[in-house]
Amino acid sequence: MTMPLTPTPSRVAGMTGRAALIAAIIVVAAAALPLALSNYQVGLATEVLIFGILAMSIDILAGFAGRTSLGHGAIFGVSTYVVVYATTHGGLPPAVAFAAGVLAATVVAAIFGLLAVRTSGVYFLLLTLALGMIVWGICLRWTQVTGGENGMRGDVRPAVLLTNSAFYWAVLASAAVVAFAMWRFVRSPFGLTLRGIRDSESRMRSLGYNVPLHLFIGFTVSGFFAGVAGALYAMFNNFVSPSTVALAQSVEGVLMMIAGGVGTLFGAFVGAAAIIALENVVSAYTERWQMVLGITFILIMIFAPEGIVGKLRATLTRKVR
Amino acid sequence: MIALPDGEPVSTSLDNAPLGIVFVPEPILTLTDAVVAFDALRAVDGVSLSVPRGQRRAIIGPNGAGKTTLFNAIAGMVPPTSGRIMFDGHDITKLPPHRRAQLGISRTFQITNLFPTLSVQDNMILALRGLSPRKFSLFGRPDRDSVEAPRIAAALGAARIAERADVTVKELSYGEQRQLEIALSLVTTPTMLLLDEPAAGLSPSERSMVAEIIRSLDRDITVVLIEHDMDLALGLVDFVTCMFEGRILVEEAPEGIRRNKKVQEVYLGKPRHA
Repeated sequence: MTMPLTPTPSRVAGMTGRAALIAAIIVVAAAALPLALSNYQVGLATEVLIFGILAMSIDILAGFAGRTSLGHGAIFGVSTYVVVYATTHGGLPPAVAFAAGVLAATVVAAIFGLLAVRTSGVYFLLLTLALGMIVWGICLRWTQVTGGENGMRGDVRPAVLLTNSAFYWAVLASAAVVAFAMWRFVRSPFGLTLRGIRDSESRMRSLGYNVPLHLFIGFTVSGFFAGVAGALYAMFNNFVSPSTVALAQSVEGVLMMIAGGVGTLFGAFVGAAAIIALENVVSAYTERWQMVLGITFILIMIFAPEGIVGKLRATLTRKVR
Repeated sequence: MIALPDGEPVSTSLDNAPLGIVFVPEPILTLTDAVVAFDALRAVDGVSLSVPRGQRRAIIGPNGAGKTTLFNAIAGMVPPTSGRIMFDGHDITKLPPHRRAQLGISRTFQITNLFPTLSVQDNMILALRGLSPRKFSLFGRPDRDSVEAPRIAAALGAARIAERADVTVKELSYGEQRQLEIALSLVTTPTMLLLDEPAAGLSPSERSMVAEIIRSLDRDITVVLIEHDMDLALGLVDFVTCMFEGRILVEEAPEGIRRNKKVQEVYLGKPRHA
């Protein structure tokens, strides 16, 4: 993303006219999906959008700050837990519960951030993993509040969004807003500092940047977006259990991000779509669908380590040249 | 400007001493008995030195003399084990690097340390915004504003890579990367510039270009540079500190340093019969 020295073309909300047009076409096409899909498939599409947001929030850190988190599933799940608890036991209206969930996730992310930002590489990976395991342990053992292994059920979804299509459109609208916000975030002056930290921490420090502070802010913002995904998931599922905050959830988010393309941001949706489609299609034919998923990953890593969107982008620019 | 070997700076040039009054600039950087120890190894072993404001100082010495460690202690990458460092009236001994940068210390790295996946332009923007609150703009526009653009252009011009602004750094030649090293440290108009072997690994023609860049720097900027190449270093500075085994061996003006017996010994070894 280099900035030309020549005057920049006219822009809509920071996007070039062409990018804004492409984004609009994609959103409209996505909005038309429920007209063509079965009820079950609309549910899958909703799931793709929700997990796409989660994978995007991980990409903010992994692709732009060079820090891969294995704790985002836990942050996501905290939001889900809080939303379900607040509506069923607290009797709060859905909108307030939603806000409480996102806030809780942001606070948890801030705590994770405080502990993790001074590390990098494999240490960051392991520390976020361990923090996520603590959240999972709490959700599993604090039976009076979380329902333990049985989890919690509750009618979280607001009445107007009860049909699958209506809920899908609401999630699509949220995803569009959140994706736009994240895109602005990574391209902002602050986003540039994260990319600087990814490239050279020591140079950033000698230029006057408080590197841990920037990573802390980045982690917290990323956790906020993961919290939005978690709150939407609560309304999607009307149910939460420890598997929502488990390590497997974090890993799935990371895998979706990698499959789509690290640092591509919107690749997260492509990765989420690919994995959720594979899971559902393949599991209809064989019980060994996880093996198929594993092989697919190995193939992606060998032939397109830059991810699906990353590969497409590289191929396209090569052709243009 | 010359300074006496005991560190007392005395100016003899008339350009900054109007009406013939002898002007003694206060030191901008003072190290008092600075020690940097890595376990048993004392890489910097009790260095006291003082650099007057506006001086150009070279730190020379053979490999392993502790030059880069001394730099890291001044810039804050490796805080001193003991001793004191004063900069521009502040005790910076325990400050982290980013706080020292905010006080006006800017440095380059011996081993090129840039942002390889970003454009030259974005490298410069990061360098410039390190000291401005705009770096915390979470959702703001990324572009340079009308204050930033001319400053970036000026620094790129001073380092002579203005025409490469839109290129990604990893696609620059090594020489151009060294020029960008200097441009990054210049754009904030620092009070003191620390240059760690700015010409390391360059061809002779590139070296003379780097020398020319350093020579044409604003005279208000205090420059401390480490350089292996004696000819290059001595042609650029007012005063020379020669280090050996973590200590200061000699401090002298460039004219004297070439003839100094001790300096010749550490660079070339003692004569066999001595």
